Amino acid sequence: MRLLWSWMVAFGRFWYRFIVGDDWTVAAAVGVGLVLTALLNLQGIPAWWLVPIIVVVMVGASLRRASAR
Amino acid sequence: MTGIGFVLVTTFLASAVEAIEMVTIVVGVGVTRGWRATLVGTGAGFLVLAAVVVVFGLAPSAIPIGPLRLLVGALLLVFGLQWYRKGIVRVATRGLAGIQGEEAEEGAEWTGPGLDWTAFVLAFKGVLLEGLEVAFIVVTFGAGANQLGPAVIGGVGAVVVVGAIGAAAHPLVSRIPRSLLQLVVGTLLTSFGTFWAIEGLGVTWPAGDLAILGLLAVYSVTALTYMGIERTHALGFGSRRVA
Repeated sequence: MRLLWSWMVAFGRFWYRFIVGDDWTVAAAVGVGLVLTALLNLQGIPAWWLVPIIVVVMVGASLRRASAR
Repeated sequence: MTGIGFVLVTTFLASAVEAIEMVTIVVGVGVTRGWRATLVGTGAGFLVLAAVVVVFGLAPSAIPIGPLRLLVGALLLVFGLQWYRKGIVRVATRGLAGIQGEEAEEGAEWTGPGLDWTAFVLAFKGVLLEGLEVAFIVVTFGAGANQLGPAVIGGVGAVVVVGAIGAAAHPLVSRIPRSLLQLVVGTLLTSFGTFWAIEGLGVTWPAGDLAILGLLAVYSVTALTYMGIERTHALGFGSRRVA
């Protein structure tokens, strides 16, 4: 049982580090961007440009925060 | 050109585009993180791919490729962004000195016990998704022209040829300083991830697959711009920590 638990913890930690890493705001912004892109696409609005813009802006914001620390 | 020759060449060229994406990810991850887990992930990807092809046979439309593109693309995007961001900071503040001395970093070669699951997952997903794309091309061209044999030869041939080129080129790639390599692979993963995730949502990219080159250009220019800003800050305010 303890082995199973430790394996589950390691599994969860791996995916957290894989997806979120050390700045959760970037992963969250990408998620929001994908949802907005899907919604705009449903309305017939081509929104391929949205996620690249979010990536550029969020990376800049993340670098700025890291610099301020 | 005969019907057989046309199907073979067309399938080869179309599959080669997908194979280039597959091999780029495998070589980039292998050189950056180490080859053992990358090759295990590559082998596992091909095994699952073979099982999927056997199960679904000539009915690839039964495979939910859209959701799969979205899932794999989103995961590559959020992971690639971590390397992209760290690569920008490292190249800007330390030049091409590399990232030696930093244990357990995502961009460093894996030296810990057991399998490097990060390299495994990246290689596995790249091979599985791109392999499925090749399978789609083979079945679409082959079944459409009633020439499945030449289509299979074209598709498999493209993967073998591009894979051989990647294997031959990897010693050159491994000479690239690790900090720069992390940035380059991060840029590639971010570009592929953006493309696949958006495509998985059913959005059509302008210029189709060529949009990947546009994304690479935009993210490369962005990285250069942010590196310039980071370098200016580093000169003005002294050294800083890498997030």
